[in-house]
Parts: sequence; structure tokens; C-alpha cells
Amino acid sequence: MLKGHQSWLFDNNPVISGAAAIVGPFEGQGPLAQDFDIVHGDLRLGQDSWEKAERMLLEEAANLAIEKSGITKESINFLVGGDLMNQIISSTFAARTLQVPYIGVFGACSTSMESLAIAANLVNSRSAKYAMASACSHNATAEKQFRYPTEYGSQKPPTAQFSVTGAGVSIVTQQGKGPHVTSATMGRVVDMGITDPFNMGAAMAPAAVDTIQAHFRDFKIEPGYYDLIVTGDLSKVGYAIANEMFEKNKFPIQQTVYKDCGMMMYDYEKQKVQAGASGAGCSATVTYGHLLRRMREKELNRILVVATGALLSPISYQQGETIPCIAHAVSIENEVRQT
Amino acid sequence: MSSKTKKFTPVQQEYQELAKKHEPKRPVLINCVKAFLVGGTICIVGQAVQEMFVHLAGFDEKKASNPTVAVMIFISVVLTCFGIYDKLAQWAGAGSAVPVTGFANTMSSAAIEHRSEGLVLGVGGKMFKISGPVIVFGVVAAFVVGILHLIFNPGATGGGH
Repeated sequence: MLKGHQSWLFDNNPVISGAAAIVGPFEGQGPLAQDFDIVHGDLRLGQDSWEKAERMLLEEAANLAIEKSGITKESINFLVGGDLMNQIISSTFAARTLQVPYIGVFGACSTSMESLAIAANLVNSRSAKYAMASACSHNATAEKQFRYPTEYGSQKPPTAQFSVTGAGVSIVTQQGKGPHVTSATMGRVVDMGITDPFNMGAAMAPAAVDTIQAHFRDFKIEPGYYDLIVTGDLSKVGYAIANEMFEKNKFPIQQTVYKDCGMMMYDYEKQKVQAGASGAGCSATVTYGHLLRRMREKELNRILVVATGALLSPISYQQGETIPCIAHAVSIENEVRQT
Repeated sequence: MSSKTKKFTPVQQEYQELAKKHEPKRPVLINCVKAFLVGGTICIVGQAVQEMFVHLAGFDEKKASNPTVAVMIFISVVLTCFGIYDKLAQWAGAGSAVPVTGFANTMSSAAIEHRSEGLVLGVGGKMFKISGPVIVFGVVAAFVVGILHLIFNPGATGGGH
């Protein structure tokens, strides 16, 4: 059901009946390691290319999520998924393996919540009984496509972020056990004229702020409604900017706990990741692994995940274009929302 | 720069100022020191290799430079293959990028990276992805310098070496 200008209220209470988060070795050294279903020791996953490894991550996560939700692969009506590769090949090729009707989406690193919002909407509107939402990224494929070869020796500036190797998949169903996907706010593209691809946090922060404010405007609630608001991958630089923007706009973010997935994934001291983590797999694995675990343990009951994406391409930034960004917000709650 | 900022709306300009404020500065001075140390060390190793060729293998100083470069390139490629060179570079910056080892790293890293796309289009086609511009502009610069040399000092050319 449309709420306000750009939000959906899922009044039929779709449920996340199963979710899986699988990561690579570097993420496994981080503070959230215990919350992931599988931590791979080999960045290549025994495959002969990085691209195949990324696809493998997604396929494994999908199979595990299906298993956890106690359904069969055949009963899934739609897979909604995307990734960062050109022509979203990781998702498409995984969908070829899975043989599930497939809706490919691209929202860069915001894909995790874009796919979940669409999947939840499909289920909520009774257009699907079971929908699967997915997002993945791989450090080496992202480096290769957007930056330099993985083994190339270049010095990254302190604003640079480290793309997460990981895949997160969730199964949304009409009924079942698990937290509810209660609402979503779809963001608009915001471009504040940042051109530096090594400073994505600064590029994406305004999009996150825009979507968060739209969410609360549309639902006429206050930030204090949620136990936690997390942005996807703003990391240190973007997080600080977002906080200042909230303050400037007199938005009472201090009513709740505001965090960023990009700052939760790695240990800054030990892992030397400059500003923090990024990638579609970042918010996907932190949400489906870490945050859902905390919701199961009732540490958190209402969360708003705001995945942020930088919609640039290697060609657009080489041509000197600025970086357009987007953010999509999805709320997940243990209890059904009273309206 | 000023003509570029003019294209932005006032809201964008205001935001960029805000963003600039939060942008951590590159530690230029420390980076210079690190680059000096690592770059210098690489050059000392190179010098040692060269001396080795002169004193142990009987090369004269000029002829020793070719095998020396080959050895340095080999070391760099090995370090690249074992995933060490990129980690060194994050610390060393220009110190590991400027010497010939850096050039070898650009080529070998690209070759490794694109191996999965085949030998011809992958390795062959993309090996020069990063080092290509260096060669192109190096040749262009050499051409310009050559022309200038001819104009201002014509007597020095034509004699050969």
C-alpha cells in the first residue's frame, strides 16, 4: 500500500522466513565473523575466476536461505537480485543455476534493500507466495571492474572503502516464523557533484539522508520508533557527513541508535581498511547475518536498514561525470506494525 | 577548477564544502618519507645487483644495467604474484610505484588479473592497461625532446653514439 509519496506499507505482514549470509576470508577476520553462516577461507572459493567465485557465493547463500526457511527451491516464485558487475552477471548466472523465475535489479550497493523491498511488495500484494531477495559483491571483481587489478600496487587515500566479499539472501513469505518486513521507502537519485570514486561515502551520504527523511515524513513517525537505523556503506567519512546533515536539517536522529554497516564489518585497527567497508554484499550480509541474529535474540525489535548505492560506472567517472547516488530503506520488525 | 565549480548549483557547492571538511587529509609528509625510504631501498638493492654483475660476472658498468633491470623486474613480478607488492605499495606509495619495479607490477598485475579472459584478449590485450599510457606519453615526450634537441643543438645529432 502506498504511504505518503514514495513509501510502501506492507500491511499483509510478509515474513523473512529464512536468510543466509556468506562471506570471504577478510570479512571472517572482522568483528562480525560469528554472525555469518559460512566464512570462506579461500577468496576464490576454489573457482578459476573471481567472477565465478562471486556467483558461487550467491548460489551457496541462496541454497542455504532456502534450506533455513524450510521450503523447496521449486516453490520460490521469484528471485529478485542484483550485484555490482556489468550486466549483473553474478545474479543472472546464479539464477541460471537456480532455475527460479528471476527479476534482475541494479541499485549498486543499495541493491540489498532494493531487492528486499520489491520481494516484500510482491509477497504483500499476493503476487508471490515465496520471493527471494539477494545481493552480492566480491572484493576482487569490484576492484577489477571499478578500480585497478587486485595485485596492482596503488596507494589508496584515507577516504577509500574496501568492497566486501559476501552474499546475502533472504526468503520472504506470506506467513511463517521470522521478523516482518513492515515498510519500505524507495529513494530518488541524488547527486551533489562529488566526482572522486575514492570518496563514495561523501557521494552517498546526501542520498541516505534524503531517503531517511522521506521515510519518516511518509509514515509520520519519529526516528525513536526504531531501535536502530543503519545505513549501508557510508563508512567513516559519509557517516560523519550524514550526522552533520541531520543536525543541520534538525532531524532528531539522536532519538535512536544510528550506525553504518560499512563501519561494522571490519576492525579498523587490525585490518587497515581506510574509511570502511562497501559493496552490495556489505549491507546484505550485515543485515541478514548480524542484525537478524540480534533481532532473533530480541536485542533489537525494530530496525530500519537504509542501503546506499553509488550509481557510477567506470566509463562515467573517466568522462568526468559526477556520481549519482541512491538509498532505499526497508524496515524489519519482530512484531506486526500497528497502524 | 573555478570554471568547474560554476556548473554546480548553490546547494551542491554548499554540500561540497561540507564534504570537504570531513575528508581526511592524505598524510603527505609521512607519505613522502615512506616513499623516500622504500624507493631508496629498492634503488640500493638495484645498485647491489648491478655491483654483483660487475664484480662477480665481469660485466662493465654500462652493460651491467640491462641484466640488473631484468633482475629487478623479476623480483617485482614474483612479489606481485605472491600478493606482496600491492601491500607494500599501500605503505610505500610513490616509493614502490616510481622505480622500474612499479612498472613491472603494473604489467604483471594486469596480466594476472585478466588471465581468466584468455591469453590473447585477456593477458595480451589488457597487460598494458595501466602501463600503456606511460609508454605512449613516454614516447611522445621523447619525440618532443628529440625535436627540441635538433632545433637548439643540431650539431649534436647525426653523429650517432
